Amino acid sequence: MNEWAAASPTVTALLGLVAGWLLVGGLGLVRPTGVGWVARVLFPLGALIGLGVAAAGVVSLMPAFATQQVVLPLGLPDLPFHVRLDALSGFFLVLLGVAGAGISIFSAGYFRAGEGTAPGLLCLQYHVFLASMAMVVLADDAYLFMVAWETMALSSYFLVTTQHRLPEIRRAGFLYLLMAHVGALGILLCFGVLHGGSWQMTFDAMRASTLAPLWAGIAFLLALVGFGTKAGMVPLHVWLPEAHPAAPSPVSAMMSGLMLKTAIYGLLRVSLDLLSVGPWWWGVLALVMGLFTALYGVIFAAVQTDMKRLLAYSSIENIGLILAGIGLVLIFRTFDLRVLAALALAAVLIHAFNHALFKSLLFLATGSVMHATGERSLGKLGGLIRRMPWVAAFALIGSLAIAGLPPLNGFVSEWLLLQTFLQSPHIPHAFLDMIVPLGAAVIALAAALAGYVMVKFYGVVFLGQHRESSLATARDASRLERIGLGWLALGCVLVGAFPQVALDVAGRVTQALVGATAQRGPSPWWMTPTAANQASYSGLWYWAGLLLVTGVTFLLVRRFYRGRSRRTAPWDCGYPWQTPRMQDSAEGFGQPIRHLFGPIFKIEREVPRPSDVAPAYRIEIEDRFWVACYQPIGRLLQRVTERMAVLQGGRLSVYLLYSFLTLIFLLVCVL
Amino acid sequence: MPAPTFSAQVLQTLAGALLLISFAMLAERRSRHLVTLLIWQGAVLVTSTLLVAATAHLPHLFFSAVLTLVLKVGVLPWILLRLMRRLGIERDNEPLVNVPTLMLVGLGLVIFAFGLAQPVTALATTVIRQTLGIALAVILLALLMILARRKAFTQVIGFLALENGLFFAATTTTYGMPMVVELGIALDVLVGVFIFGVFFFHIREQFDSLDLHHLESLKED
Repeated sequence: MNEWAAASPTVTALLGLVAGWLLVGGLGLVRPTGVGWVARVLFPLGALIGLGVAAAGVVSLMPAFATQQVVLPLGLPDLPFHVRLDALSGFFLVLLGVAGAGISIFSAGYFRAGEGTAPGLLCLQYHVFLASMAMVVLADDAYLFMVAWETMALSSYFLVTTQHRLPEIRRAGFLYLLMAHVGALGILLCFGVLHGGSWQMTFDAMRASTLAPLWAGIAFLLALVGFGTKAGMVPLHVWLPEAHPAAPSPVSAMMSGLMLKTAIYGLLRVSLDLLSVGPWWWGVLALVMGLFTALYGVIFAAVQTDMKRLLAYSSIENIGLILAGIGLVLIFRTFDLRVLAALALAAVLIHAFNHALFKSLLFLATGSVMHATGERSLGKLGGLIRRMPWVAAFALIGSLAIAGLPPLNGFVSEWLLLQTFLQSPHIPHAFLDMIVPLGAAVIALAAALAGYVMVKFYGVVFLGQHRESSLATARDASRLERIGLGWLALGCVLVGAFPQVALDVAGRVTQALVGATAQRGPSPWWMTPTAANQASYSGLWYWAGLLLVTGVTFLLVRRFYRGRSRRTAPWDCGYPWQTPRMQDSAEGFGQPIRHLFGPIFKIEREVPRPSDVAPAYRIEIEDRFWVACYQPIGRLLQRVTERMAVLQGGRLSVYLLYSFLTLIFLLVCVL
Repeated sequence: MPAPTFSAQVLQTLAGALLLISFAMLAERRSRHLVTLLIWQGAVLVTSTLLVAATAHLPHLFFSAVLTLVLKVGVLPWILLRLMRRLGIERDNEPLVNVPTLMLVGLGLVIFAFGLAQPVTALATTVIRQTLGIALAVILLALLMILARRKAFTQVIGFLALENGLFFAATTTTYGMPMVVELGIALDVLVGVFIFGVFFFHIREQFDSLDLHHLESLKED
């Protein structure tokens, strides 16, 4: 025990931290209903452990770090758990630790008594969820990976169904569990193919095995389906917009910010590390699925009227961007364009990290809004910037970041991704070099629509006037909640200001996985991933310019308009008065998108006639995939089970006859 | 093939008696008589085990013989008789299949069991290896009895007969199971009968009868 502790101190420390998370969760059961104990002691402790995990991840990303492996004396006989820490694991541990710490601190101020599951139990589920995600990233054999993966799915299922007394939440939870198992099946089969007949379940053996092209392709497809289900790849995304709104906000933040990233980690691990270089169609498939997912997600986000559903669809969009980036990595890797593959991979990693930060931030902000107002329908919110200035400020940072505006972090990764797309003419393939750049157009469209979605989200929730009179009494987030939000917002700002550092860090991972690092350019202040005459970006210079312009404007206004400024209502189109009902609503904001992309949706709409005494407007927008793919499967299953149910006639003697005949049949077989 | 020894002949006779009792159980309808037959079956089992133990000089078989005596001739029938009195059970209804048909099916099963046992018998080295076919037949007949009866009480008796058959099969082919396994099984059977007893009361409370066709109404449609 002490030998490997000395040989691999970082892994040992990490395992200790993970055990610490489990311990904190277990301590929640000491006083299951004690809100003070759980909120003031355990969740902050969990946040500290999160920082520790992030620190260990940072250590593993240092240039001098060598991969550490440990065989744990746990698991089944002859099937011990293998643990490994390399740059890829380290990167995702940093992601997990940093965002997890913010969410934990927020949760300390968020969870209250009397809301579904007892706080102590919630604390257990929450920390088991965190620990299992860390183990997924650390696992070095298929066995431990699947154990951690399933623990993750189960603990998050219980977290999703915190309010299990509501039937629609139970339904969402069931759908989530079902899809999680479909995905896990894909992953399990993928590992079953990957060992290549050696029946060794360690990842080392899988790296060493050589698969026939057909089987490698099957393994890749299984991984894409398995991890794509967890990540929310269209058309396997159906659970995501149901489960995210059903969960309490910190849990939504964890699922969207962290859990989806473990799926990205798994896909990267399998496709770049365990499988050897594959044919170009792998990359094209991932690229096409990613682009489709991105566009689909953002279009649906634009028409949502529930703020958490909106964010859930936005997560689908971001996963689509990441997946498209992975597709590019695979394509470049096939043609041995290592530097470009490294650039694409860096974009993927940075975007995954960014998404963990800003999506967690926004989900947590919706949590604060829901606690303050009891509402999550966009149609009943509005004007909260005056009642909840802190939350509004942090949510503004998150919204700007997710919309991909400079100088925040979202811009950095989307810009890098676009730069990578523009390099695709280097591909030595007759059609790919022409077709792949078209993907850049889709990315640009998705990014622009994401901006539109965020204007809708922020504008309807925080700006304008209160749509309900009860909003006038809304209270701002508590101090711990503000710390959590502020921590994540700070992350968004820092990554945006120092993108070259992020590129360097991602370079360690790319060096390990694709054998090259993306260049960052000669200047320490500028990030020049391709060539200086093509594109450069400096977060700090952008900040400086922004501050300069703002400062000069401020001074000029002070100088010339001093004493003449006044507070007044905005231009009101000449109406004599304005009511909250005259504001643009969430449906109204989404209408152009709904109109443009009409065929994608299945819309049911009731528009009142002019003569109606009590006019009411109702619209329901359904996912066509749900109607076209899932409902037929469900019906088929129903029919088959009804046939099977004939066997269960309810007569005891018939049941006994089944056993008797089975026995006789088996005996005849022996004969 | 050398002529069988005296003890082997006695054992084969006992095995024949076991089979006969099984057929009698299949045909018997009065619950009290069924318990009596069960006691007889247990007694035959004890005798044959003792005989095997003496012929093959296996002391641990003595213990299992004593165990069988206490459990299958003493405790279990006593529990069953008590239950019968408490529940007021007299007789089972008409079997699902009429008795002559049952007998014919039983005959077929015996032939099947003997055919099945032939290859195993060739491999076994024990003194009474020819009786494996009978043991298998006893098991199958007990299953048939469970299948054909309507009342829970009779089915429990069938279950116990089944266990007797298994025990006999073990003794004939391999000179019994390891002591730990045997003790475990004995305990299982005892506990099982207790649980059945509790269930009898529940079933009767719910349906005012021990007839199992009432359970069909439990199925959800």
